[in-house]
Amino acid sequence: MKTGESKTNATNEPLRMKEIGYVSPRTGVRWIPVIGLEVHCQLKTRTKLFCGCEYHFGASPNSITCPKCTGQPGALPVLNREALALAVRAALALDCRVAEQSKFDRKNYFYCDLPKGYQISQYDRPYCTGGGIQLASGKFVRLTRIHMEEDAGKAIHDRGDMTLVDLNRAGVPLIESVTEADIQTAEEAHDYLTSLKEILQYVGASDCDMEKGSLRCDVNISVHPVGEPWRTKVEIKNLNSFRFVAAAIEYEIARQVEAYESGDPAQHPVQETRLYDPQKGVTRTMRSKESAHDYRYFAEPDLPPVHVDAAWLARERSTIPELPASRRARYVADMGLSVKDAGVLTSERVVADFFEAAARISGKPKECSNWIQNELLRMVGDPEVGATRFEEIALRPHDLASLVELVDKGTLQTNGARTVLREMVKTGKNARTLVTELGLEQVQDTAAIERWCREALVGKEKIVEDVRAGKPNALNALLGPVMKASGGKANAQLVRETFLRILGVS
Amino acid sequence: MSDYVSMDAHALRDATVAKKRSARDNVRDAFRVIDALDAKLHAFLTLDRDGAARRAEELDARLARGEEPGPLFGVPVALKANMCLEGVESNCASRMLEGYKAPYTATFVKRLIEAGAIPVGMTNMDEFAMGSSSENSAFGPTRNPWDTGRTPGGSSSGSAVAVAAGMTPIALGSDTGGSVRQPAALCGIHGFKPTYGRVSRYGLIAFGSSLDQVSPFARSVRDVELVTSVLSGSDREDSTCLDEPPYQSEPGGVRGLRVGVPREYFPDVLHGDVRARTQEALDALRALGCEIVPVSLPHTDHAIPTYYVVATAEASSNLARYDGVRFGLRRERGGLQGMFAATREAGFGAEVKRRILLGTYVLSAGYHDAWYGRALKVRTLLRRDFETAFEQCDVVVGPTSPEAAFRLGAKSDDPVAMYLSDILTVPVSLAGLPAISVPCGFVTVEGRELPVGLQIVGPHRGDARVLRVARAFEDATTHATRRAPVNA
Repeated sequence: MKTGESKTNATNEPLRMKEIGYVSPRTGVRWIPVIGLEVHCQLKTRTKLFCGCEYHFGASPNSITCPKCTGQPGALPVLNREALALAVRAALALDCRVAEQSKFDRKNYFYCDLPKGYQISQYDRPYCTGGGIQLASGKFVRLTRIHMEEDAGKAIHDRGDMTLVDLNRAGVPLIESVTEADIQTAEEAHDYLTSLKEILQYVGASDCDMEKGSLRCDVNISVHPVGEPWRTKVEIKNLNSFRFVAAAIEYEIARQVEAYESGDPAQHPVQETRLYDPQKGVTRTMRSKESAHDYRYFAEPDLPPVHVDAAWLARERSTIPELPASRRARYVADMGLSVKDAGVLTSERVVADFFEAAARISGKPKECSNWIQNELLRMVGDPEVGATRFEEIALRPHDLASLVELVDKGTLQTNGARTVLREMVKTGKNARTLVTELGLEQVQDTAAIERWCREALVGKEKIVEDVRAGKPNALNALLGPVMKASGGKANAQLVRETFLRILGVS
Repeated sequence: MSDYVSMDAHALRDATVAKKRSARDNVRDAFRVIDALDAKLHAFLTLDRDGAARRAEELDARLARGEEPGPLFGVPVALKANMCLEGVESNCASRMLEGYKAPYTATFVKRLIEAGAIPVGMTNMDEFAMGSSSENSAFGPTRNPWDTGRTPGGSSSGSAVAVAAGMTPIALGSDTGGSVRQPAALCGIHGFKPTYGRVSRYGLIAFGSSLDQVSPFARSVRDVELVTSVLSGSDREDSTCLDEPPYQSEPGGVRGLRVGVPREYFPDVLHGDVRARTQEALDALRALGCEIVPVSLPHTDHAIPTYYVVATAEASSNLARYDGVRFGLRRERGGLQGMFAATREAGFGAEVKRRILLGTYVLSAGYHDAWYGRALKVRTLLRRDFETAFEQCDVVVGPTSPEAAFRLGAKSDDPVAMYLSDILTVPVSLAGLPAISVPCGFVTVEGRELPVGLQIVGPHRGDARVLRVARAFEDATTHATRRAPVNA
């Protein structure tokens, strides 16, 4: 962290003193939190970073290993080109400068989950620098750098007097992204993480799933009174969800401020690593006192320098899809969707891609949006449908578009359309076919409808009076009988219009 | 059996293919020589009698079926104990790996086997390839067949002796700072270190990653070339392996070739008679039509310190995996740190510990730039010395070792004295260049005749040129034909 430096935020605006920071409940002093995030994301490759083992979550311990990733004598690393491609894609999506040449370094330390006694990482020449993410609030969080490294295995300590070691994860490819200390609130941290996850998912670089271990986040945080230099930073680890990241930050800000305001220098925050306890909602000093590690970094002699030539970079750049923030802006501005709708539709790239295609074919974005949100997204996880992910739903954008068209033309009313949609997904048949098979074609026979309406109006003088008095919703009571008479197939819009016409109300 | 002992790999292979001998005969004879001599010489740590017998039987069956025999068909080969052959114990002469059987086979060993060679066992070495005499082996030293009270050199001690004593016509060693060239010189045989990256290191238990090379021992240059062509070539499993096809011999003589003689290669520590043998070798090359050119490699003095900074730094990292967790020795002492300390305390010998400490130190915070950083820069200067020299000459020549085989125990108390054995081989390793030690005569020490070696160094990827010169020298002299006085 740079001390005494920024009295301005990342975009070089003077701090809006009255608007940011944490006001101490005890003293009323305004403290400015200075927060940086270190995020490890697992690259979505088929195999590990330096060997051919195919990692998947939930495998039985030590079943995904080989001489290379278990550090057998004589084994050598071989770079997984797919990992480099995904790392580069991530860098491009985050607006970083990709280095034409970078290198791997050995980070040396002893631990039972580190098979070689060193981790192959990147130290002073990472594959990219710079870049960042613009949050929805407009705040830009800068990235310092991103580097590639292999993951360690997992050590499990709470088994009596034994430590168990599972090396399945050893060698899994990671990118470690480090932000500048631009973040100032728990909310910003949360937003940053959700945006990062979204972007990396969109380009297919990582699943960023904290529960499956494909994303880990450490927080570096300090506080200082407005206008003063930066103070000691504390590291927080063991954060297992974005929610916990935010909660830990809020707790830690308060804790550090209280510690400084206690008046006792012995209480002041020290440079240390703390663990978050989600049950108690507090951070705690790590049990073992860690002395500063000397990792004795040196260039990995078993691997040549990493080259990313301009032509390859250009090709990778062309594979980057339109990112979520840009799409949301477009949905709102060009398609008239609400901010909320745009948010839901862009939550996953497959959903956004599906929506855009269906909207383009049908010319009816709002309707497509509704169908996706109200029906399709709800099908995910429905045992009847059998899809655990959106892309598993057996429906093409073209199919949704034709359904929307049928409803729009009046051939189908909403309830019927819902049924048809489910059948389309289950059977794979097209909308037209199913409408006919299920006999759901709406009755648009104006003569029949007129007859049913007149029958329904019999003896309903009160309702007629209300409608004529300017309360058209009084007709709702009459819809039921007409629907019943038509076997549920009367076009509701047409029924309403017919009523109004009969009653002479426009 | 005197038949077997007198044949080099070429001759043995041809005789086996012609069915004058069988592969099983070769294996039987190899073990007969080993059984007769190894109690005294201690070249081997592990013998794979069953594996060798099985392979020999299979080879004979294949030949009988009419299958095309490989270039090393039926030739027994000794492997250094830092090489991986699945299911066979490779302990690097260390308690740390006592009982460790490799779970996979090295690329270069696979290639040997595919060519028809038959590994008979793993040979003794200095522990983890750190040493120049075999005295750092945890399982006792190997003895020089020319004088069993003396060292055969190291660290590829047992492999050198296996060939020198006629146990196997060829053997593999590893050369990091001279560990094949120096024992070849001390045992009167050929030992060739290829250009760094010419042979895959996959399956060679690492000591100094930017220096290690698998290197063959043989009694003739033709055999060296044969083995090199089998071992070399690109390998996907080793990212530092050069993307080149296998080695091919270069025909022709040496008339008009410029032989560079660096004045720095005749230091004060050079034994008087070694100097004389080297001069005679230069005379022989001159007689063949070579032009002798004085050159200078001005930074030679810095080579040993540079080597012991770079190699130990890499070694301190390469040997970190020996921690008692997944394989090898484990000693408990309460808790994880205790286990690490107790295991490494018990598993490593004194020299290995010394080098790990040194390597850790030169990489540590506050010292990294002054030591490791600077050593890398000097390494570049050493490379440039050779590049400049090779503008004026085609090969560089000098003695391989400053002295002939020394007495076992003579340098045990003085590690630095031991390090100086490599003074002439180390600069070549740091520059990654190809070099061979060829027998060039004998000196008399305390009444015994001991072999001396001549080192021929080529430019980067100049392996074929080096071996062409070696071939011409061998054809013009008779030094390589003398056998160690052992009775098998």
